[in-house]
Amino acid sequence: MEQPNQSYINSLSGGDEAFKQKLINVIKKEFPEEKQVYLNNYNAKNYKLAADNVHKLKHKISILGLEKGYDVAVAYENNLLEGSTNQKEAFEAILNSITTYLEEL
Amino acid sequence: MNCIVIDDEATARMIISQLCSNVPSLTVLEEFPNAMQAIKYLNQNEVDLIFLDIHMPDFTGFDFIETLKTPPKIILTTSDPNFAIQAFEYDCIVDYLVKPITQERFNKAIAKAEAKQNKPVATNSKIEKVAATSGNDLYVNIDRRLIKIDIPSIYLVEAKGDYIQVKTEDKNYTVHSTLKKIEEKLPDSLFLKVHRSYIINVMKIIDIEDNSVLIKKDVIPVSRSNRPELMKRLNLL
Repeated sequence: MEQPNQSYINSLSGGDEAFKQKLINVIKKEFPEEKQVYLNNYNAKNYKLAADNVHKLKHKISILGLEKGYDVAVAYENNLLEGSTNQKEAFEAILNSITTYLEEL
Repeated sequence: MNCIVIDDEATARMIISQLCSNVPSLTVLEEFPNAMQAIKYLNQNEVDLIFLDIHMPDFTGFDFIETLKTPPKIILTTSDPNFAIQAFEYDCIVDYLVKPITQERFNKAIAKAEAKQNKPVATNSKIEKVAATSGNDLYVNIDRRLIKIDIPSIYLVEAKGDYIQVKTEDKNYTVHSTLKKIEEKLPDSLFLKVHRSYIINVMKIIDIEDNSVLIKKDVIPVSRSNRPELMKRLNLL
């Protein structure tokens, strides 16, 4: 399974360590909140709202270099909009992978 | 260019501001987590460019654009490439950036915005424009749809600043155009400009006084210079 990485963040920061750390801190704060909102909406079977949450989480997934994960998120978002939960496990595995990665940063 | 960033995601706002900081000609004045705050700001401040997220809760980027009477240049930022076609229906949108945004792609978007600097930007799509005529029909652009108006049903066209009001038997249309433009689209056999602000359908005249005509319930002034032409059109006994 592909792992989160900082390629995009490094490219964006251009060696500016202060910016890089600040951005990581923002992601570390925002990601768990967005993940929890998604889980709440999913558990309440609010699939349309959950799809909105997945949409927002897609950005974090792509920032962390998870190209295949991004494709999974796109497919899962579309599934949720159609009332299907197909790809749920794959998507949540990506979220868990990011959670672990951010905790270790 | 002075710009603002509108995105409900703090990470996205930070990234866009960082991308802006690498372009000397850009100054980020403010960042907003939602469109409503930005609207309040824009009511009191002018900006050259807006970086606008489409997918925001409650009030989308497109909803936001529709509120702007004279929108500045807008660069859309989104995680969804599916809105691209809709985006380019707005004259104010200069580019469409799919997240995550690279500096190289960002710079291209800024180059496009700078190329459009000093060029007038059309107002929002709610405004209707005279589009074309086909036989007895006149098409106007309403909410990005071309609406057909039956030309003989038009009884009056009135200039109102930057707009014209097209009055028909059934409905009135406010159109962003000029009297001169619509005059070119209307047949001379039916229509006559009787005043610098009015074109009338001569078939719809009810009566004429010295310097005015009655059409339906509208009393329309007739300027002295246009009166001879009007009189020529009448089948006088």
